[in-house]
Amino acid sequence: MDSVLQPLRAYEHWLAQYRRVWRGTIGTSLVNPVLYVTALGVGLGTIVDQTQNAPGGVPYLDYVAPGLLAAAAMQTATIESSWPVMAAIKWSRVYHAMIATPLTERDAFVGHQLFVITRVFTSAAAYLAVIAAFGAVPSWFGVLVVPVAVLIGTAFSMPMAALAARVEDDRTFVTIFRFLVVPMFLFSGTFFPVSQLPLGFELAAYVTPIWHGVELCRMLTLGTVELGPALGHTAYLLAWTLVGFELARRSYRRRLLG
Amino acid sequence: MSESLIHARGLVKRFGELVAVDGIDLDVKQGEAFGFLGPNGAGKSSTMRMIGCVSPVSEGTLRILGQDPAENGPQIRARLGVVPQQDTLDFELTVRENVLIYGRYFGLSRRELKPRIDELLDFVQLTERAGDKVEPLSGGMKRRLTIARSLINDPDLLLLDEPTTGLDPQARHVVWDRLFRLKQRGKTFVVTTHYMDEAEQLCDRLVVMDHGAIVAEGSPWELIQRYSTREVVEVRFESERPANGVFEGAAERVEELPDRVLLYTRDGDATATAVAERGLPPHSTLVRRSTLEDVFLHLTGRTLVD
Repeated sequence: MDSVLQPLRAYEHWLAQYRRVWRGTIGTSLVNPVLYVTALGVGLGTIVDQTQNAPGGVPYLDYVAPGLLAAAAMQTATIESSWPVMAAIKWSRVYHAMIATPLTERDAFVGHQLFVITRVFTSAAAYLAVIAAFGAVPSWFGVLVVPVAVLIGTAFSMPMAALAARVEDDRTFVTIFRFLVVPMFLFSGTFFPVSQLPLGFELAAYVTPIWHGVELCRMLTLGTVELGPALGHTAYLLAWTLVGFELARRSYRRRLLG
Repeated sequence: MSESLIHARGLVKRFGELVAVDGIDLDVKQGEAFGFLGPNGAGKSSTMRMIGCVSPVSEGTLRILGQDPAENGPQIRARLGVVPQQDTLDFELTVRENVLIYGRYFGLSRRELKPRIDELLDFVQLTERAGDKVEPLSGGMKRRLTIARSLINDPDLLLLDEPTTGLDPQARHVVWDRLFRLKQRGKTFVVTTHYMDEAEQLCDRLVVMDHGAIVAEGSPWELIQRYSTREVVEVRFESERPANGVFEGAAERVEELPDRVLLYTRDGDATATAVAERGLPPHSTLVRRSTLEDVFLHLTGRTLVD
C-alpha cells in the first residue's frame, strides 16, 4: 500500500510547485502547437500539396501534425527530467528532504516521474485539441495519441532521469539537446519519411524511440492502424521506458544514499 | 532499564578507500541532549546520516529506536525529525506550504496538519511570514523554518546537523533558545557542531570525534575537568618574549602559542600573580574559566584541518 501512496506524496510536492506556474505552461501548450501547425502544416503544407507528391498520400497538414505532437511529447519529457532532477539533487535538494521522511529514494523518483507524465499528458491533450481544430485528425483513433504521447514521454524521461541523477554538470543537458534531441526532432519521420534519408541515417532513425512514437501517432490520427506494427512500436517504447526506469532507480539509489 | 534510542557498536562508514567513521560505540538515551563535537571531516555528518537512515552502514551494529535501519528505514524515519546541514527547503513555495508538503510526506492529513503548522510556526516565530515565499527569508529564518518542519511529525528523536553554522550571533541565539525549550519539553536530540559554546549550552553529554573515532566522552563539565584545568590564564607580551621554560611550575600545563601563552591552572589569580612576580610584565593578562574549546583543542590539536 505504501509503495503506491508514498510516490503520490512526493508527487504532491511537484503539484504544489506547479500550481504557481501552470497558467504560463498552459499558454505555451496551446500557443506552440498553433504556431507550428500554422507554419508547417498550413504554410509549408500548401506548397507541398501543390506538388501532388505529399508523403503518405494525405494532405501534408495531416501528415505533419501527429509528428509534431509526438516530438513535443519527447521534448517536454526530456526537459522535465533534466534540470529539475539535477536541481532536486544538488540545488534545492528537495529529494534530500523527501528521503529524510518515510519516503524512499524510489518514492522520490516515481513521484517526480508521475509529475512528468502529468505534464506530458496535459500538453499532449492540448496539442490534440489544436490539431483537431485545424482539421488534422480525420480518425477517432486519434484520441489514443494522448496515451501514446505519455508512453513516448516515459521512453525519454526515464533514461534522461537516469542520466541526470548521475552527471555533475548541467552542460551535459545542453549537449544532449543539441546532438540528440534536436536531430531526432528533425530527422525521425516528423517532417518527411525516413526512407528519404541516406541508408545509415535511415537505420539510425529506426533505433530512436521517437520514430516509433511518430509512426504510432500518425497511424492513429490518420486511422491507418495496422495491429502488428502498432504493437511493435508500443513494445519498443515500453522497452525504453522499463530499462530507463531500472537504470534511473539505480542512479537515484547511488546518488542519494551515500 | 531505559532503552537506548540510538545504539551503535563498532559502527563503520567507508567511502571506497576512505574510512569516514572508524568503529564507534554509542548510546543515546531517552530525553538526552547529545552532541557530536569535532573538526570538519571528523565523521560527524557521516554518523548523522547513518543515524538518519539515509546512508547504509558499512560495518557494525546500529539500532535506532530499537530497529535496524537496513530493514526498517522508512518506519524509523517516520519517527525522526531531521535538520540537515544544508537547507532542503523549497524556495518557490511559501513558508506554510513548505511545512505542509513536508507533513504530507509523513502521510499526515491536511486537516491534522493545519493546527500543527500554526503551532509550529508560532514556536519558531514565523507566523507573520507564513504566506511569504522562502527565498527572501534570512538565514536564521530559514533555519527556524527547517526546525519547525522537522517537528511536524512530533518526532521521538531530533537530529540536528550543525544547526547554527553560518548564522549571525543574534540568529544563533534565537535558534539555541528554541532548542533549549525543546530540551525542557523532554525531546531527545542529537546535535553536531564545531561551536564549543553551542555544545556547552545545549548538550547534557557529548563525544569528541577526530579522524572518524571517538576520542573523548562525557558531560561538558566532566570533559573540562578531565582534559583541562578549572581556569586558564592567557598572557600576551610585547615584542620581547620571555625565555623558554620560564613558566615552568607556574601552572599545571603551559602552552606557548605564537601570540600568547596559555597557563592551565586551578587558581588563575595566583598564577597570574606568580607570573608577574617572576619579573615578566605582560602586555595583558586574562584569567578565565576553562571552556570546552580548551578541551577540544587539547584533544584534536591546533593544526588546521581542511
